[in-house]
Amino acid sequence: MTQPVRLYCKGRFLGYQRAQRAQTQSSSLIQIEGVNDKKDTSFYLGKRIAYVYRGKREINGTRYRVIWGRISRPHGNSGVVRARFRNNLPPHAMGASVRIMLYPSRI
Amino acid sequence: MAVNKEGAQLIPGVSRLSRSQRYAKRGLFLMKNKVAVPRKASDRKAAARDEKPTDVNVDLVKALTHKKSSLYPADTLRKPKVNHKSNRPAALKETISPGSVLILLAGRFRGKRVVFLKQLESGLLLVTGPYRVNGVPMRRVNQAYVIATSAKVDVSDVTIPENINDSYFSREQEPKLKGTEEEFFGENAVKKAVPSHKAADQKTIDNQIIPKIRSQNMLASYLRSSFSLSKGQAPHLMKF
Repeated sequence: MTQPVRLYCKGRFLGYQRAQRAQTQSSSLIQIEGVNDKKDTSFYLGKRIAYVYRGKREINGTRYRVIWGRISRPHGNSGVVRARFRNNLPPHAMGASVRIMLYPSRI
Repeated sequence: MAVNKEGAQLIPGVSRLSRSQRYAKRGLFLMKNKVAVPRKASDRKAAARDEKPTDVNVDLVKALTHKKSSLYPADTLRKPKVNHKSNRPAALKETISPGSVLILLAGRFRGKRVVFLKQLESGLLLVTGPYRVNGVPMRRVNQAYVIATSAKVDVSDVTIPENINDSYFSREQEPKLKGTEEEFFGENAVKKAVPSHKAADQKTIDNQIIPKIRSQNMLASYLRSSFSLSKGQAPHLMKF
């Protein structure tokens, strides 16, 4: 669903925060387009983030569904951030794009 | 409830008293589950008798022979909790001041650039398109949902009518549907028109601001255009 004005940044759901053998599904790793450094992530911390997908069945007249979350903190030094979603993202969403909204705005 | 007192627990984690025994012991059932009611006149008299005279010099005998009534009400009334919290409006972001051009980030007018007029009592921002320039009427927005730009309109001598406050924007109560089929399916539904007094208010504000906008080069077209991200743009690198 493309809006005439795009007021969100694109991001990619890379996977969960993890160690060699264990993973924390409640914390998702997101790579934001154009953000390649830890210090650039500070703009995005706290921003709302939406994983928009299509379901088979219509709910409230639409097949589009959203899982909302918030960006919690940077992850590493390469501009990847961690996000928490109200429901954990499903594993098949790995590699899918997410929307990083511009609100709550601090500018 | 003395949990840690010696003897209150048989072994750690196991209470000496059963649930019903503890309930009986605490005596909370004696409390009436209601808030304090205004006292009757006779009660007040009794209370006055019990009260210790404060000014001892006036009535020394009374003060010395004062005896508290042994009768006191068994049903202690619960006092309603005093709430010390109050809603304070959010402080205005430093980047925003009257006349700032803001970009709306969410809602029906997302992407539109609007002029900030003032902060209302609730902390919400009063903004206007102006309506004649970009179709955005006067409305309230939360400052978390705007981006402040460095563009500015001089609104120092714009007077905003006193009646434009938070209640001005509150929704009018709709008449309850009577439950007929026609109403349910929205037949004969009349589209709500903008009340004429609101249209007039909009006009008075617009007429004051538009000359100020015209006086700056390109500002009107800047307000008319909407903000959008396109490929390769990252907002953290932008200077708004």
